[in-house]
Amino acid sequence: MADISTENKDGIHFITVNGEIDAGSSIYLDDALKAALENDEKKIVADLSGLHYISSAGLGVFISHLDEFKLKNIQLALFGINETVKQVFDILGLEKLLTIEKTKEEAINSFDE
Amino acid sequence: MNSKLTIGCDKNELVRVRQFTSDMLEEHKVPDLQAHKLVLAVDEVCANLIIHANDCNPDSRIEYNIIFKPKQIVFTFKDRGVGFDINEYESPSMEELVSSRRQGGLGLMLVKRIMDKIEFSTEKNHNICRLIKMYP
Repeated sequence: MADISTENKDGIHFITVNGEIDAGSSIYLDDALKAALENDEKKIVADLSGLHYISSAGLGVFISHLDEFKLKNIQLALFGINETVKQVFDILGLEKLLTIEKTKEEAINSFDE
Repeated sequence: MNSKLTIGCDKNELVRVRQFTSDMLEEHKVPDLQAHKLVLAVDEVCANLIIHANDCNPDSRIEYNIIFKPKQIVFTFKDRGVGFDINEYESPSMEELVSSRRQGGLGLMLVKRIMDKIEFSTEKNHNICRLIKMYP
């Protein structure tokens, strides 16, 4: 239902999320972000172009790590969110809290050095 | 198409709830973006009933049905778990959620923003939760 893979390239940690993230599968996204924290990654790009559905459980995973990311100067950018998934972010006003870009390049370019 | 679905209180059942809801909304020609929001609200309420009201006990059942009325769609959930009126729940602010580092709290906020009316009642040991969406 949810397929998550990670890759490190040019100093950036990429997390690719495919499928559906709901109350049952959000733990896999949480595990991926926790692993990035443990590995002391400083720049994280989440590729959501293969994400078809996300419920509050998945959004809550991103939100729950924001405080720690800020404290540890970890930058997170999301990209590739489709129209139906984006409206979920919009309903909650999450664009104010998260860096959401259209393309991978824009996500990478959003980072401070 | 049967508009009733009974599920066990297992998080894996949420896929079936979403598919069922999506199929029903498609059959009634609800536009895709609107349907996606309604599926999300239903998923959130079901997840809440499974996890919090029924402690993920797969032997506990939730009866769910959708009724299409001339001016509204009514989603009804019936269970025997711990009763909880969403209307009495005060959603935390986004700032509170971020600083508390908790993962919960967004679901019912979504349900309240998507649905036009939420009703909760208890009848003969059953809790009944109704989500109502008005047609434009």
